[in-house]
Amino acid sequence: MLLYCLVLLPYAAAVGCALLPDTARNATAWLAGLTALVACALLGVAAPAVFGGEILRASVPWFADVSFGFRMDGLAWAFALVICGIGALVVLYARYYLSAEDPPARFFALLLAFMGAMLGVVLADNLILLVVFWELTSLTSFLLIGFWTHRADARAGARMALTVTGMGGLCLLGGVILLGRIVGSYSLDAVLAAGEVVRADPLYPVVMVLILMGAFTKSAQFPFHFWLPHAMAAPTPVSAYLHSATMVKAGVFLLARLYPTLGGSELWFYLVSGTGLVTMTFGAAVAIFQQDLKGLLAYSTISHLGLITFLFGLDSRLAVVAGLFHILNHAVFKASLFMAAGIIDHETGSRDMRQLNGLWQFMPITGTLAMVAAGAMAGVPLLNGFLSKEMFFSETLDLDAHRWIEMVVPVVATVAAAMAVTYSVRFIHDVFWNGQPVGLDRTPHEPPRWLRVPVEILVVLCLAVGIFPKWTIAPVLAAMVNGTLGMRPEYSLALWHGFNTPFLMSLVALGAGAAFYVGLQRYINLHSVTRLPVSGKHAFDAVMGALETFARKGVAAMPSTSLPRHLAWIVVTAFAAMAWPLWQFGFGDAPSARFSANAPPPMTGGLLWLLAVSAALAATYNYRRRMMALVLLGAAGLAVSLTFVLLSAPDLALTQLLVEVATIALMMIVLHYLPQASPVEPGVRKWRDAALAGAAGVGMTAVAHAVLTRPFASISPFYLAKALPEGGGTNVVNVILVDFRGFDTLGEVTVLGASGLLVFALLAGFEVHRDHREVDMSGDWNPLILRTVTRVVLPLAALVAVFLFLRGHNLPGGGFIAGLVFACAILVLRIGGGGRPILDPARLPYQPWIAGGLLIAALSGAGAMLLGYPFLTSASLHPVLPVVGEVPIASAAFFDLGVFLVVVAATMLSTMSPGLLPEIVDPEPVS
Amino acid sequence: MTEWLFASAIGVFTACGLWLVLRARTFDVVLGLALFSYAVNLFIFAMGRLTFAAPAIVQPGTQATLANYADPLPQALVLTAIVISFAMTALVLTLALKGRFVNRGDACDGDEEKRFEDVPR
Repeated sequence: MLLYCLVLLPYAAAVGCALLPDTARNATAWLAGLTALVACALLGVAAPAVFGGEILRASVPWFADVSFGFRMDGLAWAFALVICGIGALVVLYARYYLSAEDPPARFFALLLAFMGAMLGVVLADNLILLVVFWELTSLTSFLLIGFWTHRADARAGARMALTVTGMGGLCLLGGVILLGRIVGSYSLDAVLAAGEVVRADPLYPVVMVLILMGAFTKSAQFPFHFWLPHAMAAPTPVSAYLHSATMVKAGVFLLARLYPTLGGSELWFYLVSGTGLVTMTFGAAVAIFQQDLKGLLAYSTISHLGLITFLFGLDSRLAVVAGLFHILNHAVFKASLFMAAGIIDHETGSRDMRQLNGLWQFMPITGTLAMVAAGAMAGVPLLNGFLSKEMFFSETLDLDAHRWIEMVVPVVATVAAAMAVTYSVRFIHDVFWNGQPVGLDRTPHEPPRWLRVPVEILVVLCLAVGIFPKWTIAPVLAAMVNGTLGMRPEYSLALWHGFNTPFLMSLVALGAGAAFYVGLQRYINLHSVTRLPVSGKHAFDAVMGALETFARKGVAAMPSTSLPRHLAWIVVTAFAAMAWPLWQFGFGDAPSARFSANAPPPMTGGLLWLLAVSAALAATYNYRRRMMALVLLGAAGLAVSLTFVLLSAPDLALTQLLVEVATIALMMIVLHYLPQASPVEPGVRKWRDAALAGAAGVGMTAVAHAVLTRPFASISPFYLAKALPEGGGTNVVNVILVDFRGFDTLGEVTVLGASGLLVFALLAGFEVHRDHREVDMSGDWNPLILRTVTRVVLPLAALVAVFLFLRGHNLPGGGFIAGLVFACAILVLRIGGGGRPILDPARLPYQPWIAGGLLIAALSGAGAMLLGYPFLTSASLHPVLPVVGEVPIASAAFFDLGVFLVVVAATMLSTMSPGLLPEIVDPEPVS
Repeated sequence: MTEWLFASAIGVFTACGLWLVLRARTFDVVLGLALFSYAVNLFIFAMGRLTFAAPAIVQPGTQATLANYADPLPQALVLTAIVISFAMTALVLTLALKGRFVNRGDACDGDEEKRFEDVPR
């Protein structure tokens, strides 16, 4: 229950925020902030159990063996704490950061939706659910990066982030599905316990690479890192929250989560640690040369994520401890640095370090805070970054690999750490000293009190963890390690481990990094570096451009805009796809004796065949005379309907007959506005098409005959047996439609309704000139008898429709047929009737009927859910009324009523939208 | 024999329908689609095999097997298919109707010259 509250609370609050007006800035922020705080409180409630090594669980079945469930161990708890804690601070910060033009409702709603998605990722108890929430974080990130929709760089950055992380998400889904198949379950418990099985599986490398693609794209690892700097177009609270503290950590979270399953192999070491090492060094080097404050921080984030990735790649439990510790530390100091950068941007109007100089005189407090946080980033002793960095150094020394690797890695690590010092020093020195501000349009000053408070809290945390690790972070880290590894290796969190090699490496990095900065400033002046030679964006743009060109060329290479040619290719392809397996494998089983011994067809069967075939052939032969072809098509449809009568399908016969009426009427209406004859065609083309169509016809005959004469196993006896006892009706076809397969039917009537609305929308406001009518028959009077008779047709037809509707569950009829009867009656009245009735049922607004019908159908299904049955479970009653007698009422009848309404409305919209086109009488034909 | 009749009717509908579908005018294509949908519906219906005089309406005292009743499942599928093919026909006709005015003709083979030449106005 607690877990469900935790994940669903942010979503509920997001809806609340979205509904608040944009003027209610404080209310929106309070709602968002309180949500984050309540979530923190819930975590506090869960803390004792989780710290005691317990795993909290809650789940409801979702589909197959996948549950919609959550589980919380130490790892998930610590991540959730980061998400909710930093979330609360970011909300406070954002309240004062956003300007008056920014809509707070949209911002906070998206932020909360992201929080919920992120909590879902860390708490999901199975891999499928994890991927679902993973994708949700990508989507909310996309919307938040592009929050300032008017800015082109924000839109481009959002698209790039979505493309890269979306691609990774697809890979992850593939990897997770393979992993689930190897393990035999998607449940995290099963997956975590199946490490040996997974590593021994031949598909292990594939699974690992796919999952790593997901993790690396999300955590901006080289060569997928380039989206992160472009995501800096987002408002700074978003950068602080998503792109430093939480979302980019989802990738390394996944590494930690699946470490027991995937980790510990040679391939894992080379891929993960190798990528991490390259990313760490590359990110640190590039960060030095950024001019944009947030750009520097983004590359620094890339570098730190590389460091964490490197640690998770090592086959060492202590490395995992160091990685987890650094995740927490980095979240704290990097979020505070982003917020400081946002404050500077907010108060000076610029993030360009070429303009920002000497700010110490204007904002000393912010400067001090930034200095402490940057110290943590550089790994200065007494700050939290120092502790995890020292653990990292000692892990590079404990490597157990090839001799060369053992020698090179510590050196590379020290160099990368030195560069981290260099960019940290630059962040402080270049902004707060190094001369005077250049070209700022206002005088900087300290920010409003509450904008700085979140930074202060985070900086205090940096100090507290750095000086008193045992009293602050130790229990959290212990729970996290226990949750990740399922055990607790020996490690020490002390500040001072003696004068050992890791400490020496720290000192070297600090000294060398600072010296490097001084050297760079003296000899090449960092302000003069405008553009770096390599850029991931260029590569990305090149790939995207190439894809677009490929698609464009592909479309251009397609054979023109000719519909017949496209359709011919479809026919040829379908024919080949059908013919090849038949030619290769034959028709399978031998024909069954039962069918070949079937009684000779009754006389009517032969006559029907003659009618159907001759009508179809005649319609085709006469296709140029369209009216004639239409009448013949009607005859063919009638033959089909009679075929259904003969072959024990009364419901189909009725439906076919009624649909035929509506179709022919509609085609006649449209034919008013179309040429009455088709042009003469060249003979070659006709014969070529005839060959194609003839081959298809022969093929269909062969396949249909083969099917008809072979034995089969059907699932239908189940429906036949259960229709009356469980569906409450004897007409099994109707019971299947409204009960057994009710969900399908709901989908089908939705399509039907959508199609009707589409016809209506396409023709809404469309006017034609009277002269555009190819034939004008409106002057002809219908025969008097027809005109008179049609007037009484509607009430009678309505009665028949009600009759068919009511008996549908037990005898041929039902919502579809009743609806068609009713619609056809209106159609007949409209076409055959004379004069203009006062209330013309053809002109009613039918659009709401579709909505109403769908609602009734859906609600009747949801009613079952209220009673605790699955969606669309039917119940039946048989009350005995006076006079009328026993009336069978199944709840499915309400469903059928919805079907009825949609069918009437869709049929009327489809036929009457073209039938009642407004006509303008204009002496000048436009042509 | 019944099977041959039924199968060959499907074949004729398919052939006629596809031939019309390959014509170069919208209305002919719609005619073809209508014929072709008969063939498809009959084909789906055939999956339940052919049964005479035994509609799937449960009678008390008759055992609920396929020996005594027609297969109801393909019938249910075909019933909605018939209605949906009507909706599709209506949609395509609407497009044909609008195309007649937007393109000044009902040609759909993308041949610009013919489009203006064949059709009056």
